[in-house]
Amino acid sequence: MLSGWLLNIIPLAIVAALVTAVRRASRKPLWAEAIRRLKGNRVALIALAVIGLYGTVAFCDSIAWRDDRNAPLLSLVDRVFGRPQESTYSAPLAIRTFGEPMPRPLLGKHWLGTDGTGQDVVYMTLKGCRTAMIIGGFTLLIATPLALFFGMLAGYHGKTVDDAIQYTYTVLDSIPNILLLVALLMVLGRGLPQLCVALGITSWVSLCRLARGETLKHRGREYVRAARALGVSHSRIMMRHILPNLLPVVVIATTLSFSGLVLSEAILSYLQLGVAAGTGSWGNMIDASRLELARQPVIWWNLAAASTALFVLVLAFNVFGDALRDAIDPRLRS
Amino acid sequence: MLRYLIRRVLYAVPILVGVSLITFILFYGVVPPRQIARRNLSAKNPTPEQIQDWLVAHGYDKPMPEQFKKHMTELFLLRFGRSDSTGEDIAARIRAGAGPSFLIASLIFASALVTQLFMALWAAYFRGTYVDAWITFLCVVSMSVVFIVFVIVGQYLLGNLMRFFPLAGYQSGLSAFRFAFLPAVVGVAAGLGSGTRLYRTFLLEEVNQDYVRTARAKGVPEARILFRHVLKNAAIPIITSTVLAIPSLMLGSLVLESFFGIPGLGSYTYDAINSQDFAVVRAMVFLGTLLYIAGTILTDVCYALADPRIRLE
Repeated sequence: MLSGWLLNIIPLAIVAALVTAVRRASRKPLWAEAIRRLKGNRVALIALAVIGLYGTVAFCDSIAWRDDRNAPLLSLVDRVFGRPQESTYSAPLAIRTFGEPMPRPLLGKHWLGTDGTGQDVVYMTLKGCRTAMIIGGFTLLIATPLALFFGMLAGYHGKTVDDAIQYTYTVLDSIPNILLLVALLMVLGRGLPQLCVALGITSWVSLCRLARGETLKHRGREYVRAARALGVSHSRIMMRHILPNLLPVVVIATTLSFSGLVLSEAILSYLQLGVAAGTGSWGNMIDASRLELARQPVIWWNLAAASTALFVLVLAFNVFGDALRDAIDPRLRS
Repeated sequence: MLRYLIRRVLYAVPILVGVSLITFILFYGVVPPRQIARRNLSAKNPTPEQIQDWLVAHGYDKPMPEQFKKHMTELFLLRFGRSDSTGEDIAARIRAGAGPSFLIASLIFASALVTQLFMALWAAYFRGTYVDAWITFLCVVSMSVVFIVFVIVGQYLLGNLMRFFPLAGYQSGLSAFRFAFLPAVVGVAAGLGSGTRLYRTFLLEEVNQDYVRTARAKGVPEARILFRHVLKNAAIPIITSTVLAIPSLMLGSLVLESFFGIPGLGSYTYDAINSQDFAVVRAMVFLGTLLYIAGTILTDVCYALADPRIRLE
């Protein structure tokens, strides 16, 4: 097991990398222009703020430490929002348990009630942020380099390399996504890393096709031919000349695919292929609340909390992704 | 046309070889049969003999190259063998489940296409006004809701509050439609947002073309322009995007059928996932791919039917 402080470095490093990437990009004219346009779009800024809020919760849930050697590892979210575990369901802001013949008094106050195992719903919903962010972020961290590498290789070199790469992704693409995910997750087993790998394998294909097409377009341009004439090596042309020109398209595509990844987690949880039951995730919460609407009286707070949290994040990503596309490439504006 | 069809079918062969190669790597390489046996045997610590018996009983006991040959030939002859967990003949279950699945999937496909096109035409008719803005906004909103929530809430609202259609279950014959109604409504509602938004874009691309201006200049009513002129010209991208609906139909059948208790291919797969039945999932992956490839070929034929300029040679 990784020791506590080492685990805390990972979220810090991710945030630092994000900040430097944005700061360095804002010095380039193309990106500075895009950022200027985004700043004028109020809806996009709200969406970005919402994403930032989810990111902050996920970040706070990733910073964890032990009080002493034998104490459990508790994150910031655990410390602030952790509530004593009750015995069973309780309604929002109730003082007694719910649906029992002899309601028992609760140990603490729960803004959105508790679920079947007595866990606070607000706390569980907040725990889901980190899982969602990891699923979206790490999957793209797996899929994007893979897609860029093979896409550029195929587009730039053509011939046999192109044929082989095209064949590979056509085969993967002709298996309907959900069935490939089911097969991969049955084989790999349940768990967060497995989920990211499986989603990465299914989602790199479309990005790879995009990168290949864009590379093909750029390969014949004058600047590439000029670089070639000056004796620049193939790998350097790809990395320093073509790659920066692909980035706008890639950034748009990855932002827009983030929401799809978060949504698939919920569907895979329904198929019992999501993250392990112990990990807080909105998919697991929704899956657990499957039969709760059929109860009398209705238990709605679990489903409502998890699906609202998921809905707001996905909506924010959809809106921000559209705005980003309009800002980076006004020609694509619908 | 026939020559084109034959060529397309031949193109599909290397793809199918690749797919069955992938399933072989996954189900024999990444998870060796011994491990499958261990997951399927109910005993906590199965003895080596038990595992060996299971392997022999399910035909997993042969050496790898032989397994590979068996795997490849059987898939291509559509002989899927027996289920790992129950020992049932998979092909028989597929034949039994194909009817209900086809009914629901085709119902969803047809009604989704019609409603999405209708909504898109509506948005395109009112383009630039607040009606269009609201439709587009609602599309993005409904795209952000998980499919599962549509299913759970849809069943609750339509089934419990209206009490008109059965909540779950299935009967063959004419009453099948009664049971298929609820899943179909949920399936159509879930896909409405993304489809409408996509089709609206296609329609709006056509709206600024010269022929539309000409039609307007000679006094054709706006609704007629949209339904007769624009819709026909937007047919090609619309047909292309209906292929994209096939995987989502499969997802729909997986979730809807298991949720509404319809004994189709989707709930068969769902049960297979829960009982760690690798043989069934393997068969379903191959069958799903076959259907998808068949769908793409069908679309290409539809191109030629929709646009006489496209020749399939």
